[in-house]
Amino acid sequence: MDVEPCLTVNQLNAYFGGQHAVRDVSLTFGDKQVTAIIGPSGCGKSTFLRCLNRMHETVPQARVTGTVQFDDISIYTPGVSAIAIRRHIGMVFQRPTSFPTMSIRDNVAAGLRVRPGGMPSKRQVDEIVERALRRAALWDEVKDRLDDSAIAMSGGQQQRLCIARALATQPRILLLDEPTASLDPLSTQKVEELVYELRSDMSVIIVTHNMQQAARVSDRTAFMLAGELVEVAPTKRIFTTPNDSRTEAYITGRFG
Amino acid sequence: MGGVVTPPAVMSRTNPSRLHRRHATNAFMIGLTYVVALLACLPLIFILWHLIKAGASFMRPSFFTNMPKPVGEDGGGMANAIIGTLVLLGIASLIGLPIGIGAGLYVAEQRGSWLASTVRFLSDVLNGLPSIVMGIFAWQMIVKPMGHFSALAGGIALGAMMIPLVTRTTEEMIRLVPNTLREAALALGYTRWRTSLAVILRTAMPGIVTGALVAVARVAGETAPLLFTAFGNQFWSTSLREPIAALPLQIFTYAISPYDDWHAQAWAGALVLIGIVLIISLIARYATRSRFGAAVD
Repeated sequence: MDVEPCLTVNQLNAYFGGQHAVRDVSLTFGDKQVTAIIGPSGCGKSTFLRCLNRMHETVPQARVTGTVQFDDISIYTPGVSAIAIRRHIGMVFQRPTSFPTMSIRDNVAAGLRVRPGGMPSKRQVDEIVERALRRAALWDEVKDRLDDSAIAMSGGQQQRLCIARALATQPRILLLDEPTASLDPLSTQKVEELVYELRSDMSVIIVTHNMQQAARVSDRTAFMLAGELVEVAPTKRIFTTPNDSRTEAYITGRFG
Repeated sequence: MGGVVTPPAVMSRTNPSRLHRRHATNAFMIGLTYVVALLACLPLIFILWHLIKAGASFMRPSFFTNMPKPVGEDGGGMANAIIGTLVLLGIASLIGLPIGIGAGLYVAEQRGSWLASTVRFLSDVLNGLPSIVMGIFAWQMIVKPMGHFSALAGGIALGAMMIPLVTRTTEEMIRLVPNTLREAALALGYTRWRTSLAVILRTAMPGIVTGALVAVARVAGETAPLLFTAFGNQFWSTSLREPIAALPLQIFTYAISPYDDWHAQAWAGALVLIGIVLIISLIARYATRSRFGAAVD
């Protein structure tokens, strides 16, 4: 790799009780890059993603072994606060998760409340909200109704709201778990453009089962199968001349 | 020509009498549900109608402002009982609601722990407790050490009755909040308690309020516990450590008396009691209405 790593994963194993979902995965994510993780359903890519910001452990009977190095911190060291990690590594989920009792403005600002330094002043909050909504390509659609309910929007808009909410706290890394899975094609396109542009400010790791999407937005792609990391390579190379025969089989649609 | 079957051909293949029978059954079943719904409303309508008929004649301002008068004297009222009921409900809510909502939140959020299971089980048991047992218990624990009946004792007894009810409904409402919301808050870096309070509790609030109102309505009419704790008072109470009048007690006293005059006042008192519960419900629903309509109800 010729870029700085932002996240280094070493021999990560994740379990749901007795079920071994992620097997011995070692992988380095580049700074200011978009990395896609592809693979068939059930291959463990979402579980792997959730290990990167310590969300996996919120599930009862979940267990993780191995290390994840974020800057100079190994996030699974005892004593490291998972909450502090999650304030620097943001996450967007498969389905829109806007808070139904809050307005659009309050939703976007929801993460600011727990910033180190506390809640900023009202003027700063408004600036941050506008900036985040512009980045998420949602500003023009909602700028006149920031105080309206967040759930009175379409699914695509709500998902972009969740992205804006994650961006508002300016995380170093953004984790996206199949963010366009429940969206219409137009919203999907908007989100993909956004992901592509985000690389100038942060690292993005996107899990997707849509190979064309991975090819469109990412710099590097990792292929996972049955909990294992099969191959990781620059996107162009993995989709044209993959090394592993399993990767080739998946990409050419022989299974999936 | 092979391929698509056009609609008219399909329709003519459907047995018309079968279709007709299905329509008729459908209409019959829907009609039946309407009838059953009306039947369910009937007892309530009947009671309300009878209450209004029997008690409306006593609904004058003096009923709300006057004290009970001896039999035969005109212009008796239940002012002290009305205020007394409100005072008792206030004390009961102050005890029952915070503890009940807190316990419900704990049981819902810490589902796996043994304490949560125990609390849930005990709440179910206590919900079935006869209210007179609660009254005797409160007498033993509060009235006897104090040496006299008091409004405090009555409020505590009613509050203790509210706790298991509120705990269970709060737990149910919180469990209805989708787990994805919890995860979204945690992924932002919220602590567990902030997630519980700022996101989960807020989302479940309309349902929790409904549960709280059900509990308040339930204890508003309880007479047995008050017999041994608040005891009733023919005059104004000047302190919470004195016995206090309450609508259920007053209704009871008047209803078992041999005087028609007092019977009519008992009906009026019952009407006022229902009115109070209705007004409390309306105020609380209005005060906690979500700006955007209920998220979870």
